[in-house]
Amino acid sequence: MLKFTEDHEWLKIEDGIATVGITGYATEQLGDLVYVELPEAGRTVDKGDAAATVESVKAASDVYAPLKGEIVEVNASIADDPSLVNSDAMGAGWFFRLKLADAAAADGLMDEAAYQSMVG
Amino acid sequence: MIELRAPKTDGMSMTAADARPEQAAPLKQTPLHALHAELGARMVPFAGYDMPVQYPGGILAEHAQVRERAGLFDVSHMGQIIVAPRSGGIGAAALALETLVPMDIAGLKPGRQRYAFFTDESGGILDDLMVAHRDGHLLLVVNAACKHDDLAHLQTYLADICDIEARFDRALLALQGPAAESVLAGLQPDVAAMRFMDVIDTEVAGFACTVSRSGYTGEDGFEISVQAGGAEPVARALLAHPHCAPIGLGARDSLRLEAGLCLYGSDITTETSPIEAGLAWAIQKARRTGGDRAGGFPGSARILSELENGVTRMRVGLKPEGKAPVRAGTTLFASGTDGASVGRVTSGGYGATVGGPVAMGYVERGCAESGTGLFAELRGRRVPVEVVPLPFVTANFKR
Repeated sequence: MLKFTEDHEWLKIEDGIATVGITGYATEQLGDLVYVELPEAGRTVDKGDAAATVESVKAASDVYAPLKGEIVEVNASIADDPSLVNSDAMGAGWFFRLKLADAAAADGLMDEAAYQSMVG
Repeated sequence: MIELRAPKTDGMSMTAADARPEQAAPLKQTPLHALHAELGARMVPFAGYDMPVQYPGGILAEHAQVRERAGLFDVSHMGQIIVAPRSGGIGAAALALETLVPMDIAGLKPGRQRYAFFTDESGGILDDLMVAHRDGHLLLVVNAACKHDDLAHLQTYLADICDIEARFDRALLALQGPAAESVLAGLQPDVAAMRFMDVIDTEVAGFACTVSRSGYTGEDGFEISVQAGGAEPVARALLAHPHCAPIGLGARDSLRLEAGLCLYGSDITTETSPIEAGLAWAIQKARRTGGDRAGGFPGSARILSELENGVTRMRVGLKPEGKAPVRAGTTLFASGTDGASVGRVTSGGYGATVGGPVAMGYVERGCAESGTGLFAELRGRRVPVEVVPLPFVTANFKR
């Protein structure tokens, strides 16, 4: 199940675990990323908690947890090479895996068609 | 979720002064506006103008393009001002301008250009600029955000002696990078003989231009002043060269930061003196204590005293440990855990040629020695930064 937030994140949800990243649209708006700070695995986050930080050449932005859950894995390769997020936002550029506290909460998020129409 | 903040006005180390008066007014366009759109630029407001912050290749690629080949910047938003003597020779205009800047303008030879700054009565910096000795007049190039104030300043203090003519209608292109000479010489062979800070009147792509060998990237290059109607043909002729690509303001900022060059409004302001800013090199002997025309500029008492006696804080280069950029406004500490602030970052970001974060800022004199370990407060943590010599990237000028 692929879901999107109004804040330009994508979630690929399988068996109650959401792989989370930022959308291609977001990376285009941010420009070249030069720094990614990831959360520690094992951290519990509420929806809206700052979970990661991305910095482009121009500015820093927070990436917030899209839903409540536990961070079970992070993608260290994007911290080593932030350009992966620009080049493959929906694939190799994923940020973290979130074990959802309530898998049904994802139903309230946008599907791809709704997200695409939002960003026009 | 991610918050896609509009970059602070322009995505660079911007200041309130740049953004303030123009926000409500419609944005002005340079003569290259249509070309930027055609090239796919992302436009942002900067100093009242709709300016390209980057093209589709992105800021990192544009930065590398200028360090390795050549890049073309539209800097037509900057202000060009002609200062000419009402009567007599250019010496009268030069001496008049010397009442506003601590530079040796009378000693500036024909066909040469010099870095300068307007100072205020308290020894702060009102703007930094270039002054060129042209045929019978001085040509000033000032910052976009300051140009109207600078014009009023010149008219207030020099109008009795000089004619002050704003040429804000003229375009200004900057061609920068190790291939700049071969790119421009393909259109005008005379430029190959120019040395750093030479200025000539010549023709490029059929248009009369004033060309200086100078720039704001730490690379060799040229700045080309041309009438508005010539801007696009000249730009297209330069961009036709396989080693030349368009570069936006984003890379302009990261290039100048690596080159250790000050951004007015961030690194130098009315709150910083030229000596604190490390710009003593720009004050020639003739204007210093004991010189032929010592003093006689606004704030001279403080500035000449600081030249003799030193300052309590200084602008330094800062190399953050790790990968996280340390941005303008970040507070600096001597200790990783406690104690009072010892300084502040005034410019910071990612140095694409350095391959990591770079910054500069003001620190207390006791912390200004290269090699000093300091800490920058970043998202609640104190991250180690080292005081380092500027520039981060060695300048590549044709002396």
